Amino acid sequence: MIASSRGRGMSETDYKGVKHGNGRVAVPPVEAGTSAGTRPPAGRLRRAPESFLSAQQIAEVQAGRRGFLRKALVAASASLSVPALAQGTGAHNGDPAILELPAHSRTLGLPVAERGYGLPSQFEKNLARRESPGLTRVAAASVSFAPLQGLFGIITPSGLHFERHHQGWHDIDPVGHRLMVMGLVKQPKVYTMDDLMRLPSVSRMHFIECGANTGMEWGNVAVPTVQYTHGMLSCSEFTGVPLKVLLDDCGVDMKRARFVLAEGADGASLTRTIPMDRVLDDVLVAWGMNGEMLRPENGYPLRLVVPGVQGVSWVKWLRRIEVGDQPFETREEVLHYVDMMPDGVARQYTWTQECKSVITTPSGGQHLLDRGQYNVSGLAWSGRGRIRRVDVSFDGGRNWRTARLEGPTLTKCLTRFNIDWVWDGGPAILQSRAIDSTGYVQPRAAQLRAVRGTRSIYHNNAIQSWQVDASGEVRNVQVE
Amino acid sequence: MYKWNRRAAFLFALLAGAAAAQNHYSGVGRPATPAEIAAWDIDVRADFTGLPKGSGTVAQGQDLWDRKCASCHGFFGESNEVFPPVIGGTKPEDVKRGRVASLVESNDQRTTMMKLSRISTLWDYIRRAMPWNEPKSLSVDEVYAVTAYILNMAELVPADYTLNDRNIRDAQAKLPNRDGLRPFPGLSDVRGKPDVKNTACMKDCIKGEARIVSSYPASARDTHGNLAEQNRLVGPVRGVVTIAGAAKSGTVVASAGSALVRKHGCQLCHGITSRVVGPSLREIGQRYAGDVGAAARLVATVRAGGSGNWGNIPMPPQLAIAQGDIESMVLWLLSGAF
Repeated sequence: MIASSRGRGMSETDYKGVKHGNGRVAVPPVEAGTSAGTRPPAGRLRRAPESFLSAQQIAEVQAGRRGFLRKALVAASASLSVPALAQGTGAHNGDPAILELPAHSRTLGLPVAERGYGLPSQFEKNLARRESPGLTRVAAASVSFAPLQGLFGIITPSGLHFERHHQGWHDIDPVGHRLMVMGLVKQPKVYTMDDLMRLPSVSRMHFIECGANTGMEWGNVAVPTVQYTHGMLSCSEFTGVPLKVLLDDCGVDMKRARFVLAEGADGASLTRTIPMDRVLDDVLVAWGMNGEMLRPENGYPLRLVVPGVQGVSWVKWLRRIEVGDQPFETREEVLHYVDMMPDGVARQYTWTQECKSVITTPSGGQHLLDRGQYNVSGLAWSGRGRIRRVDVSFDGGRNWRTARLEGPTLTKCLTRFNIDWVWDGGPAILQSRAIDSTGYVQPRAAQLRAVRGTRSIYHNNAIQSWQVDASGEVRNVQVE
Repeated sequence: MYKWNRRAAFLFALLAGAAAAQNHYSGVGRPATPAEIAAWDIDVRADFTGLPKGSGTVAQGQDLWDRKCASCHGFFGESNEVFPPVIGGTKPEDVKRGRVASLVESNDQRTTMMKLSRISTLWDYIRRAMPWNEPKSLSVDEVYAVTAYILNMAELVPADYTLNDRNIRDAQAKLPNRDGLRPFPGLSDVRGKPDVKNTACMKDCIKGEARIVSSYPASARDTHGNLAEQNRLVGPVRGVVTIAGAAKSGTVVASAGSALVRKHGCQLCHGITSRVVGPSLREIGQRYAGDVGAAARLVATVRAGGSGNWGNIPMPPQLAIAQGDIESMVLWLLSGAF
């Protein structure tokens, strides 16, 4: 039996299972009309202590420190049920988090500029970029994934932006950095950062997704969480000068120019071909990211921004643009980032990142705290334009409801979607399906495989499925 | 790289004041000099535009390979330890056909030679990015030599072969997978037509219940660490505890030595506890424990390179690492504190 889903428009007091302001928690009633037969008894899920206590805390509890147990349980109060609270305190006056004033309410805080460059709270350390064990063997030619499971809205914090380096990263002195524009131009030129930053700049919000994002899942489920299935995805506001401005400045030969080569200044001097129609459309030579300079891991001080196109084309540490009349057939266009088809021939220059979406909360490797109200939230994007609509299914794709799109919905940019859901404790399979401004509907994995087989590695934009079991644990699954 | 003479001629004309600058933005940027363009314009296209004159023999390539390439790629290009293999998986029939059959017939690791469709790509990449820790250190003739040796290992050219800028087209015609690529405008053009079509069905879209065909196995829950430590401490969900009693994240403080080992990429060849290409760092520490002179000898070996102590694969010289860093790393591995 699949969990029921509620329509929109419930009033504020209708959020099932959400604690109200008086510190008392009502046990949520069983929802009428759902299948009581296959569900566990009504009431909050009681997680085992391991779910919210550290190993040290558990050890202290085992050592008989009952006072510590109470404190630790209070610290985890968000998931706390009334009986557990009563166990710990033996009192019913209320929540110690309210009744016992904490130190931060009774002492002087830190001064301004204590941290010249601000940092996240010490309690947010769990949200970090991570490698996927076993994916690559060399850390300088590897990937770190953004923790999508804990991010809000559409902008990726710069320090959590995913990384992909082909020969390690450097922190390059911007004073010595140069950009050369040459090839089919009347006047080959060299620009310093000073030069570039005097030109008329624009700021644009765009997603960047590695062509291999979700690539581990072409054949079957391979990784546990959304960080590893979809975390080669980030979104920022980029500031820079349109590449077209530089090509005009050098007198580009528009009659012959068909492609440009972009080249990085790192050890790999990574090169990619960009077609002129995209250059004329929206490609930027960018130095700014989210109001500050690019981070070194993301190409400081200069990178290419190629909206809607796979991340490898967004050449970092950009040192050279060469205008040409043919594709350049670089390593990342011949040996990698090509899509292996069932007949053994690889498709080349498949750089468009097609319409895709994923639910980030709840997602694989998480567990729901208890039954009742949830704001199911996720991200949608398309390399062909804007997101027009996102539908969400709670029964593995049988029935769908349309989610709310949070503004702004920009072209070639992440769009956040949300939808209310009341989990009744029954099994459920959550999916999201995005539709972009061209009318393209995000496909099912089986539809992709029917055309491209399972050896493609790149450009997997299949609908993602998350299974919620009766304990509230969410698992990565694929459905027929 | 484009016709050099035309470009140079134009530049000189410009410098002579014969041509008006294309500047729309006064005072921004300056003309690139011929020497600057030559220094950076190193790309080689599939039609061999940009390929410099030069040559190299298979024998020269083998010598370079054994000294500078084998430590990662294996003596026969077969190693799958550090990077995917360069050589293997191709047959003489593939050379006739121009398509590699094993790409369809087997699920084995794809080698470079199975996939390679453009000899220019191999030449260009070796020149710009190899060797791994000393990119752009090879001369043009050395790039020809290494490329020739790779072709020889793939049994495409004989041992007495010399590759040069004139016969490289012949080598292209022998690549086993030379016809292994095709364009697909649907995913390259701005307005390309997609190849996969779904519809936005809303109700009763499948018959019966959804059938799960693949699921993350419970036995593999801990492959990516303790997921409880990869999720926020508050909110509607928590991460699942996948490693009972796991240490809280952030409590393991890496020593300066281990940080340097990571920074300098030593684990490319030396695992902490496991052999990769060379011995593990732990077994080096164990062998030399209590040996008073070991630290100085190891520092010298890291700097100059060596072979024979742990096997035949040579460790290349490490010329780019600061002396202090080498000393810190050696002292750390001799301390055994990892």
